[in-house]
Amino acid sequence: MAHDSLYAAPPSGADTERGAGRLAGLRGALGTWDAAIVAVLLVAVLLASLSVQNFATGRNVQFLLLDLVPLALLALPMTLIVVTGEIDLSVASTVGLSSTLMGQLWLSSGLSLELICVLVVLVGAVLGAVNGVFVTGFGLPSLAVTIGTLALYRGLSFVVLGDQAVADFPAGWTAAAVRAVPGTSIPAVVVPVLLLALAFGVVLHATPVGRALYAMGNNDEAATFAGVSVARTKFWLFVVSGAVGGLAGIFWTLRYASARGDNATGLELTVVTAVLLGGVSIFGGRGGLLGVVAGVLLLGVLRNALQLADVDANALTIVTGTLLIVSVVLPNAVADVRARLHRRRRRAQPSVS
Amino acid sequence: MSLTDTGAPARADGDPPPGPGRPRRTLTERLLAVRELGLLLALGALILVTTLRNDRFLSAQSIKDLLLGCAILVILAVGQTLVIVTRNVDLSVGSILGLVAFATGDLFLAAPGTPWPVALLLGVGLGAVCGVINGGLIAVAKVPALVITLGTLYAFRGVDYYWAAGRQINAADMPRSFLRLGNQTVLGVPVLFLVALVVVAAVGCYLRCYRSGRELYAIGSEPAAARLSGIPVGRRVLAVFVANGALAGLAGVLYAARFGTLDAAAGSGLELQVVAAAVVGGVAIFGGSGSAYGAALGAVLLTTIGSSLAVLRIDPFWQQAVVGALILAAIGLDRLLALRTAARLRGRSLHGA
Amino acid sequence: MSLGVPGAEGAPLLVLDGVTKSFGAVAALRGVRLALHSGEAHALVGENGAGKSTLVKILAGAHAPDSGRMTLDGRPLELRGPADARAAGIAVIYQEPTLFPDLSVAENIFMGRHPLRGLRRIDSRAMNRDAEQLFQRLGVRIDPSRPARGLSIADQQLVEIAKALSFDARVLVMDEPTAALSGVEVERLFGVARSLCERGAAVLFISHRFDEVFDLCQRVTVLRDGAWVSSDSAADLTVDEVVRRMVGRDVSSLYPKQDAPLRDTLLEVRGLSRSGVFSDVSFSVRGGEIVALAGLVGAGRSEVARAVFGVDRYDAGEVRVAGRALPPNSPRRAIAAGMALVPEDRRQQGLVMELSVERNATLARRRALSRLGLLVGGAERAEARIWTRRLQVKAARLAAPVATLSGGNQQKVVLAKWLATEPRILIIDEPTRGIDVGTKAEVHRLLSELAGEGLAILMISSELPEVLGMADRVLVMHEGRVVRELPRAEADETSMMFAATGQGATA
Repeated sequence: MAHDSLYAAPPSGADTERGAGRLAGLRGALGTWDAAIVAVLLVAVLLASLSVQNFATGRNVQFLLLDLVPLALLALPMTLIVVTGEIDLSVASTVGLSSTLMGQLWLSSGLSLELICVLVVLVGAVLGAVNGVFVTGFGLPSLAVTIGTLALYRGLSFVVLGDQAVADFPAGWTAAAVRAVPGTSIPAVVVPVLLLALAFGVVLHATPVGRALYAMGNNDEAATFAGVSVARTKFWLFVVSGAVGGLAGIFWTLRYASARGDNATGLELTVVTAVLLGGVSIFGGRGGLLGVVAGVLLLGVLRNALQLADVDANALTIVTGTLLIVSVVLPNAVADVRARLHRRRRRAQPSVS
Repeated sequence: MSLTDTGAPARADGDPPPGPGRPRRTLTERLLAVRELGLLLALGALILVTTLRNDRFLSAQSIKDLLLGCAILVILAVGQTLVIVTRNVDLSVGSILGLVAFATGDLFLAAPGTPWPVALLLGVGLGAVCGVINGGLIAVAKVPALVITLGTLYAFRGVDYYWAAGRQINAADMPRSFLRLGNQTVLGVPVLFLVALVVVAAVGCYLRCYRSGRELYAIGSEPAAARLSGIPVGRRVLAVFVANGALAGLAGVLYAARFGTLDAAAGSGLELQVVAAAVVGGVAIFGGSGSAYGAALGAVLLTTIGSSLAVLRIDPFWQQAVVGALILAAIGLDRLLALRTAARLRGRSLHGA
Repeated sequence: MSLGVPGAEGAPLLVLDGVTKSFGAVAALRGVRLALHSGEAHALVGENGAGKSTLVKILAGAHAPDSGRMTLDGRPLELRGPADARAAGIAVIYQEPTLFPDLSVAENIFMGRHPLRGLRRIDSRAMNRDAEQLFQRLGVRIDPSRPARGLSIADQQLVEIAKALSFDARVLVMDEPTAALSGVEVERLFGVARSLCERGAAVLFISHRFDEVFDLCQRVTVLRDGAWVSSDSAADLTVDEVVRRMVGRDVSSLYPKQDAPLRDTLLEVRGLSRSGVFSDVSFSVRGGEIVALAGLVGAGRSEVARAVFGVDRYDAGEVRVAGRALPPNSPRRAIAAGMALVPEDRRQQGLVMELSVERNATLARRRALSRLGLLVGGAERAEARIWTRRLQVKAARLAAPVATLSGGNQQKVVLAKWLATEPRILIIDEPTRGIDVGTKAEVHRLLSELAGEGLAILMISSELPEVLGMADRVLVMHEGRVVRELPRAEADETSMMFAATGQGATA
């Protein structure tokens, strides 16, 4: 009576074809995307060390890594969110609002900085929860919702501090944010970030939750039928994203010793770029954390090296944009070419025999 | 559900008469009309409240400023409507505007004698080229327009910075006749606004009255069905991006004419306001419904909010937050309306059974 | 060229010859041939998965065949897209209507062919008037200016038919258009089809209802497993003969359920209602029993199953598992209580096609298999191996995406996934849809075994032989209500069809 679900995907032929193409990509190009991105990263590091002056110095490594901390932090929850097929464009605004809140509280509340940090992370979680409620509770597209909260949170961060900046944070704290591990030039803050990355990696790749994330990213209906609470899981992902945004806000403030309304403006695009560059599919359901970490590092290395090579910082956005486009166009183009070759071979066969 | 069985003739009666004696109108049309009426009411209320606080808000000069201020946003919002109706989005409009604006200025710098219509055509052409890049990449990559235009948002802006290389172009570098275009009025109405009106009327009429315009709605409403009905989906989507690029180019030229002072940052972050205007104007972010008129009204409303905040002596930093809140409110409201309509239609077909 | 089709008079209008189409590893069509004559209604029958819908998509221009030839009026026909098919005069009515929910009914009919007035603008008044006329011809009243969203399936189907009418199709393809229609509506549809035939069109009619096939069509083509079996004049055929050709053997050889001792009531549903979908549904299933939920598509059977399992909410009523009330709206709780649901749409609901066989087979057990919250040490693979072996799933590797498996093996993976949770209650929706005959018998034997082990099984099926062969009791649903309960001895095709179409029984 109903459809021959075995053969033809009910809605349209093109979808089936694209599904097949994607599948071919999965087995071919994308199965090795992690390896490829790591290889590109190594090549980039090598080239930069050889050809760019001052790249391979301890001081530069320290700055490179420090610059990457907020990006790396935000990319972790973003990976999980994109794996489920959603997106959170409000992360950078969350960083900005957290930063100005921290500044305003420090300026006027008289609370201890420890307490302020805890509060800021909590507020971040609340900001994430707002996204979560709109997306899972009201069933709105996360893209539209987080574009809204992107503007809202950024606007609020200007409301909190106006165009002034708070800079008089205790020197002990701001120095701690950039301090290196004794005896090396690696910033100490890298250690907790790595631990956090490890935790996210384990959750994504070796827990029931991770399995559920991939399942709902590919097919949330099938996931629901398998007992996955899709809405609840997504809600908590947004909360985590917000809380991590709070953490990144604290780091940003201390690192630059400045709480300003425009902190981290536009960073959301870099985060999304890093995640997609790391091989996570924008359609959800595919990608891994190792690739994302490599993607973050690759972005950092490229920008740092070009900056050292005296390329205008603003013009570097070409690099980010191009990388983003390449990372989504390339897998599809490869899959297309493969499929075409495959078809041609199959067509050629009968005429030969 | 096929809860209709014996009552085939009776079922059609399930459609409640739209009110005694009134002409029958489409439900969709009625909903849209409600939306546009609501926008007008909101606009009226806003103007009333602001005027009560400060009667200069309705002075000729202030109205002229308002019309001048909203013209560019109106043009961009109308272009964005074309894109969103097909279930896509173009985030690169701000960057296209900036690029074209700077290019226009540079053109006058390089060839001072260029008549302004030529500059206008070149600007629109450059915008269209950017649109071709967007549309072409989307066709190749088969990924959501969001990702591609996020990438080109960066890339176009990067090209802009690279081109500008820190330079600024001033009004003195541009011919007087061109600058007049930006500030002249006809019968008290700024030329810029008249141009915007023409764009609104043309696009609005196209979307409403032409086959290919209606096909855009079909594509956004149900892409699979659109393909099955033989609509050239790929070609239409490409065309829409080109048209939107061209309109962004037009906006860029007008921007140059209006402000005179140009650097590479012109139009940064404008894309959010554009999407907000369209969404507030009732263009459903998931395609298939909305009108150019609504989007234009949305743009006018957003601009008016901006200037009334100033008149009401509310911290201008609130403006962006208000934009964000409006986006959330608009999509939330749409969702609510859709749910209620669905419930009503469901109830109706049940009664018919 | 002779296709060896008996009863063909004159040159055929549309000919398919040697058409082949595969999707990945799955061959959907293998050298299918078909000849449609003008003025004739031609039936295409075959089991689910025989390739009918793929053939329809090829005729519609939505799929390009891998090989084979098509001719229209003796001229080679190449369809590069649905627009080409339309231009060639081929109209397709799909089993699932393909409307634009945001647009008005009239626009849905005339999309791309709107009547125009000056300056090539759309003349919406003429469009609404034309739509009105089409509906008059069909004898129905649908407001052409209302949006398509919210139309019942029957009404949507009527809009599709109006669309086909509106461009005077030479070839009308109807893919199970009657599944959701009532007797009156079917008659009206057939009237339209006949009048099209009289005007020289060719009709290709796909249906599972043999009475309709023999009522409307002059010739019958049978497909099995993607291959052409026969094309004969309807007058030379009997229903039994057609079924034999479709199945490839006698129907009676389907595996019948073995009697099992009945145990305690495991699943009890009382007064379950969901506004607009189903109302006041009550039944119970005992251990060792297979209860079939029968009825037409759209009668609300799957919806009841989804609500019982907690995927959908319900407004009133209660579900009890082994005497304990089950909280609504939580598949997780349902699974914990020992319930399993094998859903009707394998691709959409049963499997995550891009994930591996092992991930799919253990998805519902991912928590139980974890240690200290971690899934390590190949626990999933070991578990998956046990169940795929028990069900004889043929997969190259357990790490291969489940999409690479054949339909029958995919269904086995779904079963493995749910049997791995060791349920007490198994709800199974269309257990053998789209799988080959051999696997079908295997699934039936498995269900019988499971019932023998004491499971309570609620089976939803649209295939009457399956219902009659497997069920201890049959509940017939019509328009969201259970209208009849038939014990095995009283259930036969006639009594079920009567109840399912709302005749002879009152709700």
